[in-house]
Amino acid sequence: MNVPLRQASPALGLTIVDCDIHPAYRSPKDLHPFLPARWREHMAMFGEHLRQGLSGQLAWPRMMASGMRLDAFPNEGPPGSDLALMRRQHLDANGVECGMLMQLSKGGMEERNLDFAAALSRAVNDWQVEAWVKPEPRLRAGIVVPQEDADFAVEEIERRAGDPAFVQILISPRSSDPLGHRRYWPIYEAAQRCRRPIALHVQGFSGGHASTGSGWPTYYLQEHYATTTGMQTTVMNLVFEGVFERFPGLNVVLIEGGFTWAPALGWRMDKHWRRMRAEVPHLKRPPSEYLREHCWFTTQPIEEPDDPKHLAEVIEWIGWDRVMFSTDYPHWDFDHPQQAFKFPLTEEQKRKVFRDNAKALYGLP
Amino acid sequence: MKIPYPGAIDCDLHPAMPSVAALMPYLDEYWRDQLANRHIDRYPFVLTSYPPGAPLSARPDWRQPSGAPGGDLDMIRRQALDPFGSSLAICNVLHGAVALFNADMAAALCAALNDWVATELLDREPRLRASIVVPVHDPGLAVDEIERKAADRRFVQVLMLAMGEMLLGRRLYWPIYAAAERHELAIGVHAGSTYHHAPTAAGWPAHRVEDYVAQSTAFESQLLSFLAEGVFQKFPALKLVLIESGFSWLPTLLWRTGKTWRGVRPEVPWIDRPPAEIVRERVRLTLQPVDTPRHDPQILARTLAHIGSDRMLLFSTDYPHWQFDGEDVLPEGLSAATVRRLMIDNPLETYPRLRPAAVAGDTVGDAARQEAVR
Repeated sequence: MNVPLRQASPALGLTIVDCDIHPAYRSPKDLHPFLPARWREHMAMFGEHLRQGLSGQLAWPRMMASGMRLDAFPNEGPPGSDLALMRRQHLDANGVECGMLMQLSKGGMEERNLDFAAALSRAVNDWQVEAWVKPEPRLRAGIVVPQEDADFAVEEIERRAGDPAFVQILISPRSSDPLGHRRYWPIYEAAQRCRRPIALHVQGFSGGHASTGSGWPTYYLQEHYATTTGMQTTVMNLVFEGVFERFPGLNVVLIEGGFTWAPALGWRMDKHWRRMRAEVPHLKRPPSEYLREHCWFTTQPIEEPDDPKHLAEVIEWIGWDRVMFSTDYPHWDFDHPQQAFKFPLTEEQKRKVFRDNAKALYGLP
Repeated sequence: MKIPYPGAIDCDLHPAMPSVAALMPYLDEYWRDQLANRHIDRYPFVLTSYPPGAPLSARPDWRQPSGAPGGDLDMIRRQALDPFGSSLAICNVLHGAVALFNADMAAALCAALNDWVATELLDREPRLRASIVVPVHDPGLAVDEIERKAADRRFVQVLMLAMGEMLLGRRLYWPIYAAAERHELAIGVHAGSTYHHAPTAAGWPAHRVEDYVAQSTAFESQLLSFLAEGVFQKFPALKLVLIESGFSWLPTLLWRTGKTWRGVRPEVPWIDRPPAEIVRERVRLTLQPVDTPRHDPQILARTLAHIGSDRMLLFSTDYPHWQFDGEDVLPEGLSAATVRRLMIDNPLETYPRLRPAAVAGDTVGDAARQEAVR
């Protein structure tokens, strides 16, 4: 077994936790050992059944090599599929002490056939452990579950809850109903019970609704932005449905959906709540307080205001204890730990954002 | 049953779409650069509606050890043209470009596809005709593409999908119908969805088989949209062809629409005669998939009697989709006269560009071919 490297990032002088790393299959066959024969055959015959018009590709083609760093292509297979390259290029080079796997593809989160979704979910969770966490203990898995089948999701969460390889629960923010809907509550109850945060990573596949309230965007430029409006409405809905009142131990990590919108959203929620609170008596406090207490944000793709200090002010509003560094390796819009922040962080801020906030949230040693 | 004599006109044949790499020579520098740099040239562009491995997507004996069914011309001749003695066949290439949100990219890929079809299929096999594939959701760009290809009279139709952004009768799309009418092109609405909306009013069913069954409800809604919005009055020469739609659902639509229309005519005063009459005159449906039960030919005969016209069905194989076995492309229960109509007369009445006069001494087509090659 490899001994985890604990060498500090040369730039930062400390080891870091990267809250968004994307592994990939060398080929879809990587899942075969973890799928029953019935579902291997189904996969070959029908493929995934998603809520979009194109099969095997995204409806908004990405920029730059399918949305990948050109230097992250291994000799064989797609970027993110070669552990040796990931170690050399990212984990070792950037002093990553711990990396959170974000497995978004073929995990069943968007699959319309829920029996297939369950099989994919199990397979992807097994695969994360066998292909990644066992050979590379610096990596941590997320329990990928199909949010549309809450019964199965709870079962799968409980099945993995004793395994320290899994530090959080992944569901799609592009769900059939907004995530505050009570059909999803059993998932939150299970998350609270097993003390794992819910991780919401922005998604390339639709949940069956246009990605804006005004319809479908045309360009990737717009679709990329739509992930932030989608995250805002998801958070809003969790708050106003009273999810955090109902599950006070529930924590939510918002990944790659931006974070500078959070203060403004809090202000707007409070403003309208003060007039309209009679409609939502199940909220016991101003909405922004739930946001402040229960939500964590990853940094990539970090905003770059003309005056970098403006970003520092916004993080001040959010709270330095709620922002966690992420790179999005190996995607094209990767943030390098040395270059992400364009203003100097204090030593304390640096430790929190690059390492300690994540360690505290995930209970890492 | 088998085709009784040669000369049928196959109104729905699906050559495999070319890879994006094969389309590169037909694209301009900007798009070649974009598609290569973004690795879009590696994408499959398969419509979700037709997963290649699904039983419906290709008949088992039409599948190849390697390559897509319908993927080369000899295969198309051997499997789809010769066995049925088809004199002409209309190629409807199903390409995922139409499901892209980026209309500029969709338009570029559609144009390249149409040029590829002209060069690689129509130039090499005189029995083939084709539909113009257009970016429907940007009617301006769609009209540009129709105008660009219209001089080539081997293109006989404009192709759209049954489930797209909006109901197709909406006035937004009328420039497409004006261009089609101007150039004697039919409008062909083919089964399939861009999945920009749930495929049913009840939402997203779990299984592909449900999506296929539900296609007929989309055709019902589209047909009613063309009717209610007054497209048939505005464009009196336009023919609408529903492709891969089935037809067992049509009597219900005719009856119900007729009944409701009598109650609400002041709402849609342009519908100045019973809707069934307009539909029988202006709308055509391809034969396959035959959705009346095989075991009882009487049901088919009675369904056609309920439809009340033998002029609406157009012969089609739907090659290589798996709709029938062997050479039994025609269902039992059709009279000899009906067979003759759907094999030959109905297609000729539907597609002005298929009429012998339009094909014989095809000087316009020759000029267009030279243009396409150039």
